[in-house]
Amino acid sequence: MSDLSDLYQEVVVDHSKRPRNFRKIEGAARAAEGYNPLCGDRVAVYVKLDGDRVADVSFQGSGCAISTASASIMTETVKGKTIKEAGVLFDSFHDLVTTGNAASSRATPLGKLEVFSNVSNYPARVKCATLVWHTLQSALRGEQGAVSTE
Amino acid sequence: MGIETITRAEPRELAALDLPRVRDDFPILFQKVHGKPLVYLDNAATSQKPRAVLEALQHFYTADCSNIHRGVHLLSERATAAYEAAREKVREFINAGESREIVFVRGTTEAINLVAYTFGRQQLQPGDEILITAMEHHSNIVPWQILCETGAKLRVAPINDAGELLLDDFEKLLTGRVKLVCVAHVSNALGTVNPVRQIIRMSHSRGIPVLVDGAQAAPHMKVDVRDLDCDFYAFSGHKVYGPTGIGALYGKAALLEAMPPFHGGGDMIRSVTFEKTLYNSIPYKFEGGTPHIAGAIGLGAAIDYVSRIGMDRIAAHEHDLLTYGTQVLARISGLRLIGTARQKAGVISFILEGIHPHDAGTILDQEGIAVRTGHHCAQPVMERFSIPATTRASFALYNTREEIDALAAGIEKVKGIFA
Repeated sequence: MSDLSDLYQEVVVDHSKRPRNFRKIEGAARAAEGYNPLCGDRVAVYVKLDGDRVADVSFQGSGCAISTASASIMTETVKGKTIKEAGVLFDSFHDLVTTGNAASSRATPLGKLEVFSNVSNYPARVKCATLVWHTLQSALRGEQGAVSTE
Repeated sequence: MGIETITRAEPRELAALDLPRVRDDFPILFQKVHGKPLVYLDNAATSQKPRAVLEALQHFYTADCSNIHRGVHLLSERATAAYEAAREKVREFINAGESREIVFVRGTTEAINLVAYTFGRQQLQPGDEILITAMEHHSNIVPWQILCETGAKLRVAPINDAGELLLDDFEKLLTGRVKLVCVAHVSNALGTVNPVRQIIRMSHSRGIPVLVDGAQAAPHMKVDVRDLDCDFYAFSGHKVYGPTGIGALYGKAALLEAMPPFHGGGDMIRSVTFEKTLYNSIPYKFEGGTPHIAGAIGLGAAIDYVSRIGMDRIAAHEHDLLTYGTQVLARISGLRLIGTARQKAGVISFILEGIHPHDAGTILDQEGIAVRTGHHCAQPVMERFSIPATTRASFALYNTREEIDALAAGIEKVKGIFA
């Protein structure tokens, strides 16, 4: 059993109350929407690319503290990374929130994203943390239509 | 109607529930969750099962297990007798006139679908209307939407900010085009008790039949389908302390007889040839295939259990919990109740300022408190109140005031984390 304070770390609570990059990028090259029909969480991700590099990334939407903080910290982490690096980060992050461990990549460390390691102890909340990442992937692939967790 | 039942019960000076004894009947309650004593407040989703129900299931599978209406052997005779005895218990529970008016189904959802696919397909023409309310569960919306693919239209009567049906608007929508009214007896998301008797009177005066979704009413109040004069009444066994996968549809005999069958298969036929099949009489016409025999018997045991305690007494106890819970929660700053109808059953839905219900649910769970968070399969209700979700505490006969105190303390802890 894990302690609640491990799930709702100060960083998570802070990002959920004051999400960073919570805005729309006008004229974004890539954008996608994500939806979790089970809980009603909705998120939109906007990406501005400079070549294959994420020049700017932002999000908007409504959701729980875990999903909002995950989105906020994701935008901070991904900004400046290449599309490929963002994919590597997503894979490590996915491992982290589903198993509690991430095969950490030296080239692209998870950094602040490590605060979500305890999500794996709350299986019902994994989708809260990953929805925005799936949405980012969709945006980077230039897909049309909304991403759904179901 | 619930409150009326309670009012009627008062002069009899009901003795209060023997709560410790009642709780002793539910073995599941005595466990720890995340190291804390379980506080189970998710009864609107499903209620826990008393020992009498567990023993009935055990007895069926260890002593009587057999298929029904078929074998000439003793076990089959015992199984058939127990299954039909359960039907009679359901009849008495909702005071139907005849046991052949009771169709066993998987639950409320299947009951409503049965009516939509049989009565609905037979009776509704393109342009006809089905009238529901804005507080329905998805299971009393989606079957009608599917039916409407044949050209009928779904109309929705609005509710006010307290979560009460606007009867005047409802009446205005009762036009000559409406061929069926479908309404929740009690709202699962808001706790509102609808004035179903009045709704039925209004509809019948225009010759319109009424289906009542009783999923949230049957566990909490005395239901009398003849007094209500409803045409169909649906409820689920698992919310009335019975097993999952069993429920009942009541239908007036004349309506059921005129309806086509639902599932084709064994048991629903009188004779089959490749040229022509004759259907069985009601209710068997609607019970194709081997039913959930153990489930029906378990539901019968659950009905015996609540009847022994008395639905009036259960309603009075839950009303006390609702009153106490509403007082305690209303004192919490930043908490807003969703659903403040004057006539309510034991459901308290709420939101906390700046805190998403899913976070509240996770934190309460760590305190041993089981509540439901989300849209409660009533997304249009959430939309009506412009919220994505609520946290919902719902009561059963075994809940205590102390558990409500534990919920209040848990909510304070939730607020502390996000302070």
